[in-house]
Amino acid sequence: MDFDYHAMRAFADSWGLLAMALFFLGVVGFVLRPGARQAADDAAAIPLKED
Amino acid sequence: MKYTTETMLVGLAAFLALLGAGFAADEPFRQHAYVLFIVLALATIVLMRRIDFSGDKMIPLRADGSGKAAAGATAASEGTTVAYLDEVVRYGVVATVFWAVVGLLVGVVIASQLAWPDLNIQPWFNFGRLRPLHTSAVIFAFGGNALLATSFHVVQRTCRARLWGGNLAWFVFWGYQLFIVMAATGYLLGITEGREYAEPEWYVDLWLTVVWVAYLAVFLGTLVKRREPHIYVANWFYLSFIVTIAMLHVVNNLSMPVSFLGAKSYSAFSGVQDALTQWWYGHNAVGFFLTAGFLGMMYYFIPKQANRPVYSYRLSIIHFWALIFLYIWAGPHHLHYTALPDWAQTLGMVFSIMLWMPSWGGMINGLMTLSGAWDKLRTDPVLRMMVMSVAFYGMSTFEGPMMSIKSVNSLSHYTDWTIGHVHSGALGWVGMISFGAVYHLTPKLWQRERLYSLRLVNWHFWLATLGIVVYAAVMWVSGIMQGLMWREYGEDGYLVYSFAETVAAMHPYYVMRMLGGVMYLAGALIMAFNVYKTIRGEIRREVPMGSALQPAE
Repeated sequence: MDFDYHAMRAFADSWGLLAMALFFLGVVGFVLRPGARQAADDAAAIPLKED
Repeated sequence: MKYTTETMLVGLAAFLALLGAGFAADEPFRQHAYVLFIVLALATIVLMRRIDFSGDKMIPLRADGSGKAAAGATAASEGTTVAYLDEVVRYGVVATVFWAVVGLLVGVVIASQLAWPDLNIQPWFNFGRLRPLHTSAVIFAFGGNALLATSFHVVQRTCRARLWGGNLAWFVFWGYQLFIVMAATGYLLGITEGREYAEPEWYVDLWLTVVWVAYLAVFLGTLVKRREPHIYVANWFYLSFIVTIAMLHVVNNLSMPVSFLGAKSYSAFSGVQDALTQWWYGHNAVGFFLTAGFLGMMYYFIPKQANRPVYSYRLSIIHFWALIFLYIWAGPHHLHYTALPDWAQTLGMVFSIMLWMPSWGGMINGLMTLSGAWDKLRTDPVLRMMVMSVAFYGMSTFEGPMMSIKSVNSLSHYTDWTIGHVHSGALGWVGMISFGAVYHLTPKLWQRERLYSLRLVNWHFWLATLGIVVYAAVMWVSGIMQGLMWREYGEDGYLVYSFAETVAAMHPYYVMRMLGGVMYLAGALIMAFNVYKTIRGEIRREVPMGSALQPAE
């Protein structure tokens, strides 16, 4: 059984943390990428389209 | 309507509940099973009265052809329901208003019990049993129904698709009401797991799991068959709420029943692991039930009511991901200065403080949606309610991280300050945004020109706001006083006050707190009256809001 507490803890505060931080930075980068403004404005208008 | 199969299943369930009562292993389970039997038997009777026994497939009792006429009418009415499934949302709105009044009323009762202990009526209505009834009624019954109704409404409108799964949405609605009734009656009978905000015992937990999976299926199914290419951000928040609550509920309630037909079970965890699991659940119930879900409401209903798109859609996406990534770690701040390892306490504190950023980003996003339209606040008390709600979101998400700092927590923990903080979030943020959504939805769902009275909404707004201010301010004073009295040492090194002296000192604040609750409840009663009149189709003749300030012609 490799999944003991210490192994999981070590994974969580190294590769797990790195993966989540990179994912989050990727999201921020994707949202703020050049040319995203038009897509965002279109999405923001969705609730106002109907009734 | 054809509910033949459903009726038979509910009737069978009622019979099984009766068997459960007969073979119960302990007395509380027997009583609870009888409650379940009565509820299901009544449901069976109601359902049977809806079945049309005069159709062609039935054995003919009459020869006048009335059965054919009835069948024709059913087909015609089914032909018109190709659009949104709004009936379940209407039921959800009514249930939201009903449970709001019940939950707030129980809150006033237990606040009175703290001030005047003689009001504890043994054994069913003492504070210990009524307190989880209050918290569950306001969080899961009022808040949960508000989330169910609005999520079903929002996902249909923003996806331009009818709810997936046909009558599955009805199963979710009624199944959830059954969960509420079983949880509430269980508390009064003394059946509890003793886990805060997760008190129902194992069999009620299992039922909620079934209902919740169906809820997830309806929501996901509707998202999948959407006709709008983009999934609007409100649905992201709703989906994160549904998925995370499923995960939290299942893990926190892992337990082993003592017997198959008994009320008692024991947690799969023990000691500090159990405590951390409980507060990982408890704080994320706040984060994903009371925050993420209601943020979904904010991102739909504020733009709708103000008739303007959200201030920054890109900020709302960042708000979403930052909230999701940070909130899940904040639970350990409930266990400062306990057996929990020090690094875990610090981790909880640090993540709580980091939550300031997404919370305030979201608050600014909600408030700035009104930029250029602030004048609407003068004439639209519903919008005013929503803005006040976002303001309370900002205030309580400032106060919360501050209280999670260990040195502050050493004063605030276990005191009434915590109760005040919870209520500024629950009454201010969750309550006000739900009221705003109810006021927005009621005329729309019942095709009314407008609400019965906007002046009454204004009364509700001020009663609720003043009630929260009284409540929170009183709890600050009494909580900080309580904390300071507990830690007061004399020169001889002994504690200055006994515990009973701190309790006696808080009596006037308990009375004032009850009055704040009465004001908030009065506002909710006004809302119930207003919604009832609106559904009836009545319109009160009144001077329009803000007209006194308009220039003379």
